[in-house]
Amino acid sequence: MSIEIAPAQTATVQQEHNLGRIVYRFRQTPLSLVGLAMVVFIVLVGIFGPFFVPFPEDTTGNTRMEARLSEPDDTYFWGTDEVGRDVFSRTVVATRTSLLIAVIVLVIAIAIGVPLGAISGFMGGYVDEAIMRITDIFLTVPALVLAMAMATALGSGMVNAMIAISLVWWPGFARLTRGQVLALREQDFIESARAVGASSPRIIFRHVLPNVLSPVLIKASTDMGFAILVAAGLGFIGVGVQPPRPEWGVMISEGRNMLREAWWISVFPGAAMFITVLGFNLLGDGLRDIFDPRMRQ
Amino acid sequence: MVNYILRRLILIVVVLFGLSILTFVITRIIPADPVRLAAGPRASDEQVEALRVQYGYDKPLIEQYINYITDVLQGDLGSSVVLRREVGPDLQRFFPATLELVIASLLIAVAVGIPLGLISAVFREQWPDHLARLLSLGGVSLPSFWLAIILQLLIAFSVSWIPITGRYPRIATPPDTITGMYVIDSIFALDFDALRTTLTYLLLPAICLSFGALAVVARTVRADTLEVLNTDYIRTARAIGVPEIVIVLKYALKNASLNTLTQVGLFFGFTLTGSVLVESVFSWPGIGTYAVTAALNKDFVPLMGVTLLIGFAVVVINLLTDLLYGVLNPRIRYES
Repeated sequence: MSIEIAPAQTATVQQEHNLGRIVYRFRQTPLSLVGLAMVVFIVLVGIFGPFFVPFPEDTTGNTRMEARLSEPDDTYFWGTDEVGRDVFSRTVVATRTSLLIAVIVLVIAIAIGVPLGAISGFMGGYVDEAIMRITDIFLTVPALVLAMAMATALGSGMVNAMIAISLVWWPGFARLTRGQVLALREQDFIESARAVGASSPRIIFRHVLPNVLSPVLIKASTDMGFAILVAAGLGFIGVGVQPPRPEWGVMISEGRNMLREAWWISVFPGAAMFITVLGFNLLGDGLRDIFDPRMRQ
Repeated sequence: MVNYILRRLILIVVVLFGLSILTFVITRIIPADPVRLAAGPRASDEQVEALRVQYGYDKPLIEQYINYITDVLQGDLGSSVVLRREVGPDLQRFFPATLELVIASLLIAVAVGIPLGLISAVFREQWPDHLARLLSLGGVSLPSFWLAIILQLLIAFSVSWIPITGRYPRIATPPDTITGMYVIDSIFALDFDALRTTLTYLLLPAICLSFGALAVVARTVRADTLEVLNTDYIRTARAIGVPEIVIVLKYALKNASLNTLTQVGLFFGFTLTGSVLVESVFSWPGIGTYAVTAALNKDFVPLMGVTLLIGFAVVVINLLTDLLYGVLNPRIRYES
């Protein structure tokens, strides 16, 4: 037993050391701090915003034809759309939709990709070869194109869009985990766990996976922005989230033909999405710099 | 080298074979009834059955797949149930337009991304660096289809000579088809009016599409330049008084360009993705618009064709990038 405890302690000490450095390096890069602030703000809007919007009924199918295409004013901060719905309320509620989709997509992608990657790296041989060739196939075709085909096949709608995107997203996590596991596999503490007779599943889940957690979480944070973009792309095309549920891609698409008369219908949801994705990308870029050994100087 | 290429080619065949299975599963097994979906809600049961027999959907799945893959290997990608047209010739017609758009946007990305990356590296952690990084990250965060709409709106009100949709004037005849890419065709035909027209149509969609790759190019150039600027030989060059501008442009840039090339190659697929959305906003007659139309019509055969074609294009470009990298970088030699 003592052999198992010892390596675990070493790992913890090392992690604390890293954490201190991460916080230090993070504070050195102002753009990542800006990104973090933006992400915190967006997440708060996503969680609490829908409770405070002026016209919550406009997000569930209510229309107001007498106020259609109103310009932005004191009542309708960001104007109203073709059927008189408040663009501000819908954009705020859409924040929750997009964050929810992206988080669920990444959770599913991690749940599929990380175990498969760990098995692949740890077992090697034919199992590794087979899993990696499958990820090759998925990574060959850009996520949006495959997700579009899959969403079309499943039928449009929010749940199906999430399933479609997750199913094309996991190979990235499998690749990442495999690489990490290959490096870990040769470490002494894995060797000693094997020497005292720990089974492969036990080694993978107790000793290997906890150590690949931080790169996986970093990839998840950098992927958030892209997942939001892909989900909105599906909505924009018309095979993602369906009206009347507010979603940025759908809203931009709805305002597309009214651009000259009512620019605000498309512009505000797009701007909200831009700010969100930018926040995640700034944060992710800062994190990547910290963990990219080439940048440590 | 020959061994390496052979091994890669075998791997490509394996991946494409797998991709054909994947697209088959997506388009024939996941949908409850692809024929009924494609035939539309008003089709009678008899019509649906007739279509099912006509397109071979009544046979067992294994047999369907074997028929499908045999046809694909003979260059027959099947027929669209909705358009009642063969998919192969359609892709042949639309793909050059997409390729032209993607290449143009990658060129813009390189032309703007390299200077941005160099500025970032030279003024590391100072305001020009932060500004350049903010610009490139801002670019990659912009939803391409939203940017496309905004640009259309702004241009429509201000600049009259830039067209906001289409690829060529409807009333005019495009240059004779040699490659299908109008820029190259009009150069071959020495028709400079056509070239100018083509370029004005290409401008907006190419700019919209360039932002993603631009950010990656800028980031790669920044990282590589920083690495080179910290080496001993650069210190020596500085010590003997070589001007900083020569150091950056001659030594650092040369070293950074190799990785940039790889990144652009790898980004080909990503840019193709963006082209799907950008094309549909600009009514650009490429495979993106074709795929979106097919998706909305629940028309699976063209979707399958587009997916296979994009997969094929990506693996070929990746192979070419790797080979070119080996040729340009004497430190890399592919051996078995």
